[in-house]
Amino acid sequence: MSDEMQEGPQGEVKKFMYVNRKAPYGTIYALEALEVVLIGAAFDQDVSLAFIDDGVFQLTDGQKTDDIGIKNFSPAFRALGDYDVTKLYVEKESLEERGLTRDDLMDLTWEDEDNDWEEKPSIRVVSREEMKSVLSDQDVILSF
Amino acid sequence: MAYELNGATIEHDEEGYLTDLSQWNEELAVILAKDEKIEMNDEHWEVVNFLRNYYDEYQIAPAIRVLVKALKKTMGKEKGSNKYLYTLFPYGPAKQACKIAGLPKPTGCI
Repeated sequence: MSDEMQEGPQGEVKKFMYVNRKAPYGTIYALEALEVVLIGAAFDQDVSLAFIDDGVFQLTDGQKTDDIGIKNFSPAFRALGDYDVTKLYVEKESLEERGLTRDDLMDLTWEDEDNDWEEKPSIRVVSREEMKSVLSDQDVILSF
Repeated sequence: MAYELNGATIEHDEEGYLTDLSQWNEELAVILAKDEKIEMNDEHWEVVNFLRNYYDEYQIAPAIRVLVKALKKTMGKEKGSNKYLYTLFPYGPAKQACKIAGLPKPTGCI
């Protein structure tokens, strides 16, 4: 990562958005995106994730990958809070188009160190309209 | 490349991290630690066991910052500090402790 990406000219915090559009297995995109998020989290930027289209499958609860011989990496999403990644935007329409609801997703939380480790939800289900404004609010968007 | 233990061959990568995590045992951990010039004591084991539990739960090895934060929460301020971890693992707590714990190199380790 270049110095430019770590911080702007004045060292200000930038808003980084990682957009996930693909199913968790079958391609390497989802796992690679997660690794980049974990690495990028070291740079103290304002990081958030978006889950759109088949990307919403990445957050489904109870993933079981034994039969396809690939590691189930979904537990790593539970660690995101430890990396101060606490904003996971999920598009409501993408869930609905796939017959999913909020209840089909993992219960992801982060602990607020400044507030006696209070557990707060990380997943925010937003409409397509709301997602548009979240995206337009970013400084950097990385699409996977 | 491989470690030899009780006649068994245990493969590792070019940096010494185990290829197959399930081959790890405490005896091997002592050998891995010796390679890092570390004599394992209770405090080393505390961190190594913590890392193994973390990996079990999240399927990733934590970055150092995350390790410190997690230790601070479960074991208190004194043990949840960079300084304490560097006393135990002078050549980089995340890298050395993860290697001894049989985990892959931490994600986000730079």
